[in-house]
Amino acid sequence: MNVIEVKNLSKTFSHGIKAVDSVTFNVEKGEIFGFLGPNGAGKTTTINMLCTLLKSTSGDGKICGYDIASQHNQVRECIGLVFQDMTLDDQLTARENLELHARLYGVPDRKKRIDQVLEIVELRDRENSIVKTFSGGMQRRLEIARGLIHYPKVLFLDEPTLGLDPQTRKHVWDYIVKLKKEYGMTIFLTTHYMEEADELCDRIAVIDHGKIIALDTSKKLKDSLGGDTIILDLNDRDVAKALKIFKDAKRFDGQIILSVKNAGKQIEEVLEKCRKNKIEVVEANIRKPTLNDVFLKLTGREIREETVGLKEQLKRGEGFRMRGHGR
Amino acid sequence: MSNIQAVYTVWLREMIRYFRQKERIIGSLVMPIFWLLIFGGSMRSSIDIGSGIDYMSFIAPGVIAMSIMFSSVSSGISIIWDRELGFMKEMLIAPVSRVSIVFGKALGTVAAALIQGTMVMIIAILVGLKVSLLTAALILPLMVLISIGLVGIGISIGSLMNNVEGFQLIFNFLVMPMFFLSGALFPIKDLPVVLKLASYIDPLTYSVELLRRIIVGVSSIPISITLPFVLGFSAVMMFVSSWLFSRRS
Repeated sequence: MNVIEVKNLSKTFSHGIKAVDSVTFNVEKGEIFGFLGPNGAGKTTTINMLCTLLKSTSGDGKICGYDIASQHNQVRECIGLVFQDMTLDDQLTARENLELHARLYGVPDRKKRIDQVLEIVELRDRENSIVKTFSGGMQRRLEIARGLIHYPKVLFLDEPTLGLDPQTRKHVWDYIVKLKKEYGMTIFLTTHYMEEADELCDRIAVIDHGKIIALDTSKKLKDSLGGDTIILDLNDRDVAKALKIFKDAKRFDGQIILSVKNAGKQIEEVLEKCRKNKIEVVEANIRKPTLNDVFLKLTGREIREETVGLKEQLKRGEGFRMRGHGR
Repeated sequence: MSNIQAVYTVWLREMIRYFRQKERIIGSLVMPIFWLLIFGGSMRSSIDIGSGIDYMSFIAPGVIAMSIMFSSVSSGISIIWDRELGFMKEMLIAPVSRVSIVFGKALGTVAAALIQGTMVMIIAILVGLKVSLLTAALILPLMVLISIGLVGIGISIGSLMNNVEGFQLIFNFLVMPMFFLSGALFPIKDLPVVLKLASYIDPLTYSVELLRRIIVGVSSIPISITLPFVLGFSAVMMFVSSWLFSRRS
């Protein structure tokens, strides 16, 4: 069953910028669906249209079978929202914030339900503290709890970990995964952190300049790149020799880069060849493809704005390194 | 989801916030106390208003109207803050009508203005204003009525402005002149023609004159004009502010 159905949804702002350009996708019940793209790609605009805060220019959207253009209140009742920026009242306590939300949505048996959601995000012990005193991570958790109060069928999370430190980010991820696993919650999230999309999402739509340029599971997106990379750091005198042996290798400064199907299996073979040919390997790195590579291949750009040299980028790669191996 | 419940919820939030900001309540009493004690007290002997009342008693209704106005118009700044700090989104995304948000906000601000106005009245009584119990009881609903129109002005400006600075600008150019032209501090019948005209355009004039009529028994404009005007103005401003607020979001 599809909880979200979107067909050719577009938004052109009055100054002529096409923020969302004919996107089409479905989100199934119980899945975590992610919109991955750089800042300004149209992610938040899409969320705003889906949650009826913004009128679409053309196209259709249905949430739980309700039309986003004409059935505002029905749509609103069946969605929970966590915005990119904080939308709590920071002069009220955690419980007061939840209380107001429960009243606005007409939730029956308020007190019990608020206890429940506070327990989900483990904020029960801080329920009577003023929100201002909360850390960024706690505020985000409280917002997630608030988004859940009225038993929504789908939870929208717009950049749920933006501005949080890595440790807190991991913590928020745990809660999101818990919602799916324990409560079967359908979740739509946007992010520009590829690790986040990779970690959480069942399916990912890669979005750039308002268009969906790829949509699949993380694994399939990465597999579409054709395999792993082995990077060998060599002494300058050995580089030419190595290039003769490894015919498809690319040269980059003192490194040679090999594209292989499965680096974990093939690295031994490569190092063995080096040994036989008396090529001294200073360092060998394996790199699995990331969603960033997927984005790079599809758009020719990095997903992050900062420009990182290829060398640093390769070194940053996750995977293991072997120092001084192959002598 | 019933919209009455939504009005109540938004009102409830305003009340919790109001009582939590004790410094603000005390701070907002400073100006009225200055006007009543320093201005009213020091001018008591040097200004003769006529009509047989002393100057402090003359400005007391004006100062009450002033404090109601300042706390009522702050509904606008509160809307802008809600927008900038994000809570507005939480209200807008709820399955409730825009108008119920406006009414909740308005009623919350009116309640705060009523508390404010009552405190100023008590202070005025403490420094010598003579008011019968019946009059005092009659003033409370009048304060509510006066506040509604002014809250409407605040919400309208708040819906039109994008930031706090813009609001401050309008506040200085609109609200301050409204106060000074309203006849809160001097009788408008003695004003030069141009200023007198401006006073008659100023909606606060009618509130001040109405309050003065009830509290000290004198006024430059008959109650048969001021009361219908204040009633009509409040109704129109609630309509205009609901429309402007809904249009914006």
